[in-house]
Amino acid sequence: MKIFNEQHQMFRATVRSFVEKEIMPHVEEWETAGQMPRWIWPRMGELGLLGVEYDEKYGGGGSDFLTSAILHEECARSRSGSFAMAVGVHCDMASPHLYWTGSEALKEKYLPAMCRGEALTAIAVTEPGGGSDVAAIRTRAVRDGDHYVINGSKMFITNGATADVFFLAARVEAGSEGKRHQGISVFLVERTTPGFTVSRTLDKMGMRASDTAELSFQDMRVPVENLLGREGVGFYEVMRVFQRERLVAGLHAVAMADRAVADTIAYVRERQAFGGPLSDKQVIRHKLADLATQIEAGRWLTYAACAKFAAGEDCVREISMVKLFTAEMVNRVAYDCVQLHGGYGYMREYAVERFARDARLMTIGGGTSEIMRDIIAKAILP
Amino acid sequence: MKILVAVKQVPDTATQVKISSDPKAIDTAGITWIVSPYDEFAIEEALRIKEKRGQGEVVAVTLGPDRAKETLRSALAMGCDRAIHVNDPALANADTMTTARALAAVVKQEAPQLVLCGRQAIDDDAGAVGAQLAEVLGWPCASWIMEETIDADAKTVRVGRQVEGGLEVFDIPLPAVLSAQKGLNEPRYPTLKGIMGAKKKEIKDVKASDLGLSSITPELSITALEALPARPPGRIIPGDVKDAVKELVRSLREDAKAI
Ligand SMILES: Cc1cc2nc3c(=O)[nH]c(=O)nc-3n(C[C@H](O)[C@H](O)[C@H](O)COP(=O)(O)OP(=O)(O)OC[C@H]3O[C@@H](n4cnc5c(N)ncnc54)[C@H](O)[C@@H]3O)c2cc1C
Repeated sequence: MKIFNEQHQMFRATVRSFVEKEIMPHVEEWETAGQMPRWIWPRMGELGLLGVEYDEKYGGGGSDFLTSAILHEECARSRSGSFAMAVGVHCDMASPHLYWTGSEALKEKYLPAMCRGEALTAIAVTEPGGGSDVAAIRTRAVRDGDHYVINGSKMFITNGATADVFFLAARVEAGSEGKRHQGISVFLVERTTPGFTVSRTLDKMGMRASDTAELSFQDMRVPVENLLGREGVGFYEVMRVFQRERLVAGLHAVAMADRAVADTIAYVRERQAFGGPLSDKQVIRHKLADLATQIEAGRWLTYAACAKFAAGEDCVREISMVKLFTAEMVNRVAYDCVQLHGGYGYMREYAVERFARDARLMTIGGGTSEIMRDIIAKAILP
Repeated sequence: MKILVAVKQVPDTATQVKISSDPKAIDTAGITWIVSPYDEFAIEEALRIKEKRGQGEVVAVTLGPDRAKETLRSALAMGCDRAIHVNDPALANADTMTTARALAAVVKQEAPQLVLCGRQAIDDDAGAVGAQLAEVLGWPCASWIMEETIDADAKTVRVGRQVEGGLEVFDIPLPAVLSAQKGLNEPRYPTLKGIMGAKKKEIKDVKASDLGLSSITPELSITALEALPARPPGRIIPGDVKDAVKELVRSLREDAKAI
């Protein structure tokens, strides 16, 4: 079965060359620094890698969802979960709110700079008091003339310390009993808005080159035209973009696992023990066969959902399965790849050690495995 | 200024080449095909010449089977204006001289002022076609160039060729054939816009008869391909560093004769 055409393959070659030549040599340095340099964004913009699906009139590529899928697979092959995540957030978790729900004027104003990599974006939904339970958010937006006045805080925001534009979910009315999903809206907020503060950058287990921040807003005045979509139905829009985000997470997990297993195969072929390479031992060969099989299952589950999503079909159940299966799978792969590296797998100088820490996020970020099971359960036993 | 770039589709550099059941050919199953890397330098240089002069046309040409069209589309995605695909079963076993003759026929029809190619294709590494093409055309030729500057009225080109320890600089009248060495430039990646735009550019299919090539008898033919002998396993020298280094030096000198 073939899902990518020749044009897709050419695009893959471009992203792969870019990642191998311009990203991979810096991965260790960025991990240590705890951040990625700004130049990657305009460089990616120049190559047409940001906004691949957006209309050309906004500086986008005018291409399709499978082109985005390739971008994310290739970024995740970089051995830097951080890089993949930063690109994923900018291209397919944050800016889609503008593209799919924003007004013409807002799109004209902001999308070109996002596609050129001059304006970096972030998505701010999670709060200290609510992650899985999106409806529990408490950040308030109160209408005051031509503005909304926003007060509140956000937690765990990827690109939070560096982004220029934020897509912020806030309550425009207090949710009432039984209607708690109503009254949420998404706002486009520039980081230079008075009242906007990055409270702190968070120190993490993995994804260490990606900045994750806590944000706070105090009497932050946002023009009414920066409201995305219709007032009060933001919850449903957030949920729609979550579908895209979760597919991207699936693509990331499969590509990360694939790279780690390839690295591990190279390692066990080299490593000598008991008079021969480890790769001669049947136990090790079978273990790798199992890992390769799990990755293949994850890949095709993901591709099948990608095809449905690209065709505009409803596939919440399938996408939730992708997110659940691939996130759990990449962690099993991480455990075994570290094991197959022995003591070296526990050492910072081996990429597999970072992979295991990066992979750990996958069952938590973008919707936890438990929440995915909840969604699937609701679909199969209503 | 019109520039023709000759490119070849070759197996990806990471391919583990296997000999097929026909001992005169490689097994092409599962191979990923790419533009020969030296040809990418040639494409890049042609595009830079056009950009620098602010006008001109870059035409990519390849001789190869149907799949070689992908190579032309990559060249178009990088920025070439159009492409010519010499695709004829009669040329399936073309040796370097036959390839040069076919390309020369294309050059005569297109009449470019410059032909660029890679210093060699990385599949059979013959490195002969560029010079043979120049010979058939009766044009001057410089191989393995590291730099070039074309004068304002496109009458001559100054080229720097890589030689041991430095550059050999020539002035050559145009039209000429130049072959690119690594270091000539850093090839661009096709941008998404370039890739999308490549679909709309022309690829002309050409048969041997369109080029006036009647009798095609290769002067070279392959007798057999042989795989390299398997690499002997590495050796780990045990013991403390002082003794191990002594043994290493002895072994490099006496067994491997490397120093
Ligand atoms: C590195 C990183 C980057 C992130 N980036 C962003 C970002 O850019 N933007 C953003 O908005 N958010 C971001 N997040 C937040 C992320 O989406 C949340 O952490 C995640 O949704 C879980 O929410 P929580 O942390 O509040 O955990 P909780 O919701 O408190 O969950 C704690 C545990 O309880 C389980 N649980 C919760 N509810 C149920 C239930 N009903 N049934 C069974 N089990 C349940 C969960 O599965 C989990 O195991 C990021 C998080 C991290 C760690």
